[in-house]
Amino acid sequence: MNEPEMTFENAASMGLSENEWKLILKRLARTPNLCELGIFSAMWSEHCSYKSSKKWLKTLPVDGPQVIVGPGENAGAVDIGDGLAAIFKIESHNHPSYIEPYQGAATGVGGILRDVFTMGARPVALMNALRFGAADHNKTRHLLSGVISGIGGYGNCIGIPTVGGEVNFDNSYDGNILVNAMAVGLANSHRIFRSAATGPGNPVIYVGAKTGRDGIHGATMASTEFSDETELKRPTVQVGDPFTGKLLMEACLELMASDSVLSIQDMGAAGLTSSSVEMASKGGLGIEIDLDLVPAREEGMSAYELMLSESQERMLIVLKPDAIKTAREIFDKWELDFMPVGQVTKTGRLVLLKDGDTVCDIPLGPLVEDAPEYDRPQAEFVPYPVIESSAITSDAPISSVLLRLLETVDLASRRWIYEQFDSQVMGDTLQGPGGNAGLIRVHGSQRGLAMSTDCTPRYVEVDPRNGGAQAVAEAYRNICSVGARPLAITNNLNFGNPEKPEIMTQLAQSVVGMGEAALALDTPVVSGNVSLYNETDGRAIRPCPVVGMVGVIDDIKTAVGMAPTASGQILLVIGQDEDCNDGWLGASLYARHLAGEPQAAPPPVTLAAERKTGEFLQSQIRAGNIIAAHDVSDGGLAVAIAEMCMAAGLGATIASPDNGNAHGWAFGEDQGRYVIATDDAKAVTSAAKAANVDICQLGVISATDELKFDDNDAISVLKLKFCAEATMPALMNG
Amino acid sequence: MRLAILVFPGSNCDRDMMVAIEKITGRRPSLVWHKESNLDPIDLAIIPGGFSFGDYLRCGALAARSPIINAVLDHAARGGAVMGICNGFQILLETGLLPGVLVQNAGLKYVCRDITMEVCETVVSPFTKNLEAGARLTMPIAHNDGNYFAGEEELARLNDNGQVAFRYADGPAHGLANPNGSALDIAGIISTNGRVMGMMPHPERAISPELGSSDGATLLKGCLEALAS
Repeated sequence: MNEPEMTFENAASMGLSENEWKLILKRLARTPNLCELGIFSAMWSEHCSYKSSKKWLKTLPVDGPQVIVGPGENAGAVDIGDGLAAIFKIESHNHPSYIEPYQGAATGVGGILRDVFTMGARPVALMNALRFGAADHNKTRHLLSGVISGIGGYGNCIGIPTVGGEVNFDNSYDGNILVNAMAVGLANSHRIFRSAATGPGNPVIYVGAKTGRDGIHGATMASTEFSDETELKRPTVQVGDPFTGKLLMEACLELMASDSVLSIQDMGAAGLTSSSVEMASKGGLGIEIDLDLVPAREEGMSAYELMLSESQERMLIVLKPDAIKTAREIFDKWELDFMPVGQVTKTGRLVLLKDGDTVCDIPLGPLVEDAPEYDRPQAEFVPYPVIESSAITSDAPISSVLLRLLETVDLASRRWIYEQFDSQVMGDTLQGPGGNAGLIRVHGSQRGLAMSTDCTPRYVEVDPRNGGAQAVAEAYRNICSVGARPLAITNNLNFGNPEKPEIMTQLAQSVVGMGEAALALDTPVVSGNVSLYNETDGRAIRPCPVVGMVGVIDDIKTAVGMAPTASGQILLVIGQDEDCNDGWLGASLYARHLAGEPQAAPPPVTLAAERKTGEFLQSQIRAGNIIAAHDVSDGGLAVAIAEMCMAAGLGATIASPDNGNAHGWAFGEDQGRYVIATDDAKAVTSAAKAANVDICQLGVISATDELKFDDNDAISVLKLKFCAEATMPALMNG
Repeated sequence: MRLAILVFPGSNCDRDMMVAIEKITGRRPSLVWHKESNLDPIDLAIIPGGFSFGDYLRCGALAARSPIINAVLDHAARGGAVMGICNGFQILLETGLLPGVLVQNAGLKYVCRDITMEVCETVVSPFTKNLEAGARLTMPIAHNDGNYFAGEEELARLNDNGQVAFRYADGPAHGLANPNGSALDIAGIISTNGRVMGMMPHPERAISPELGSSDGATLLKGCLEALAS
């Protein structure tokens, strides 16, 4: 094959810097060919190498007695008791979803599911965290409907329930939406599979779908900013096939049960390149692949195309040498390709053969260990001022402001979205979308797994360190609210261009805050993903470090929802003292929708209090003293109370303070609080006092349809619900 | 009681149905892979929900050409009972064991939520024998193509013959009673001899209060008892 000699221009077109190009020349002591350069550029892309974030990711707490597998594998694993492990990870598919919303979102779900079943776990639940542009932006409807049907299209077909998630709308995402998908699986703690190749001479097997020309260089695309020319990148978006994904999942789980697999790795970003390189380098070995044997969907694919394709539903497996027959029978049954394509070697090199020639022969050391790691400069963070409630509040009735907030797309019901997801397949869903956290039964047991995805970008933007901690704290509260014990987190760090100092500050400081919170709340980070360069035409997204948390509940009979069940039940707020008559409105939804969103400091997170309050709530739920619980988040106390009333279809009479700032009290977003409903306010209150946890009575559930804050300040719960339910359908169908 | 749950590539409610049947009967039913061409003597064949063959071509069309379907047709021809849920209902229509078609939901979107359905007066059938006509059952639906359609004469025949087994009806769940635009609010139908039934809602997902409803267990139990007697 006659191929022009590679130059820096070729490298630059693949996203490599001049220094990186020089480093490749030095390490190879020759000029790479096209295939080799493509492999370097993919492995050294931000997406695969974490070169801008690694320095900060290393500061995160990753250990704990509950941790079985921490970051670095396909997904993290934690001990949930009874010899079982919860295996989970979150991953972004932002750029592809903007270009091709259905396929981008669908393959995001497919990819994260493969990460989980690659570890030997049967996936049992899906979650998501989504960010779209302003509701009235001309692309939002198209992107939202495509992404939602894409997520459903994959998850529904493969038969894994989607049990929760979160959605925000903000104009900073107009040209760069965020689509983060999380998968949770269950495995025997002693049967977890890893990716490090073992045993020189062992066969390397390619299984799953054939390799086509889709998604070539997707990892590199995910590592650059968007511009007006992004539409031209449509061919770099992968195309998913959930049916093949289902067959591959069943075949892999069947194979893993047969004791044939030494190591296994899915082909995700950078396809065959990253899977083969990671398996060999983690094992401290080499790998040799004959590309002529790779099942191809199209004729005449070059080495470069075969190595950099991101075709979906493919796996690379190192098998025990005597297991090939057994393994082949399993893949034949599921009608999937099964092809020995190479072997593990002890050379420490990646060697690729094609048409009888060696088309790539590079040492793995430089590819992996010499991958660049940058300590990018940060801008100094200047804190925003704390604003007084009185500077932005009016004397409008609480009920009228409440209605206005519940109608906004920020707080409106997400039913239009989640009814497109199968939330009940597998028959173990105890709490699907719309609750505090998704809750599923561990199949065949009394245990439950709770999960939540959270981030408040408007907080992170004005104080990244506090915002990073807040994302962990909010997820923690959601898990505690159902009565579960938080165990560990996975994170998805979505930011703009890290080469800009102000963006690097957001990234670094929010990771610091996330680490502090993860340590204080004993929820180590076991897996994660970084998505940078989320910018279009130079404008960055609001920073969005998403936390996905998993918790366990030992007896699902003790779990609670957010709906009070009868009139007369008392509403209390935990984490707030009795004298409270104002609240923190800076960076709140109230400030956003009623005061033009002034730049102001967000509500501070107090980690010691978070843990004390969260553990108190867990203990009270376990003791059976709590009928319903709901964390206080966007929109503050009034919104939390209204959401509980709407869930119950019951009214409430609330005693709002008669002095202070009524809107600050009702809509302030002070952290670390939960509203609970109880039959035994006395028991809960005295337990709170004994535990030194703040508690305050709010009011009582009534038999009427009225949510009443004062004699002249009341509103129908049915009306609130009707309006909150109407927003999304009106946006999408109107 | 001898049961077989058929499994096609892409079936994904096979385990849920197995769990539900085991919970009701105390015995685990057998799963039968689609490439088998024989069914052992059984009292009931169940075609579970899912996305057999990825819904490619038409929902249920490819599964209806699988080897095991010949055995199901023989079983039905001998008067054997067959139940199809969701994708299983779509497959039964494609085999011709039941009339009509299921087209895309009127809302043009996949929909997963609880619905309420009313049990209808029917021909003698094990699927309705132990349910009271007029009783309302709540259970989930989860489908993209559950909008039942047939020619006017066919619909009239189904209605007049007592072949409409379940109709969507008003209930406590949010949203329109008829979630997908089905003709005559049809949620499930039975064959003229009462022995073959297809329905879109998922009884196997409503088998205990913590899952939201036990009405699915009531339906399945009634059917199994009718077949056993």
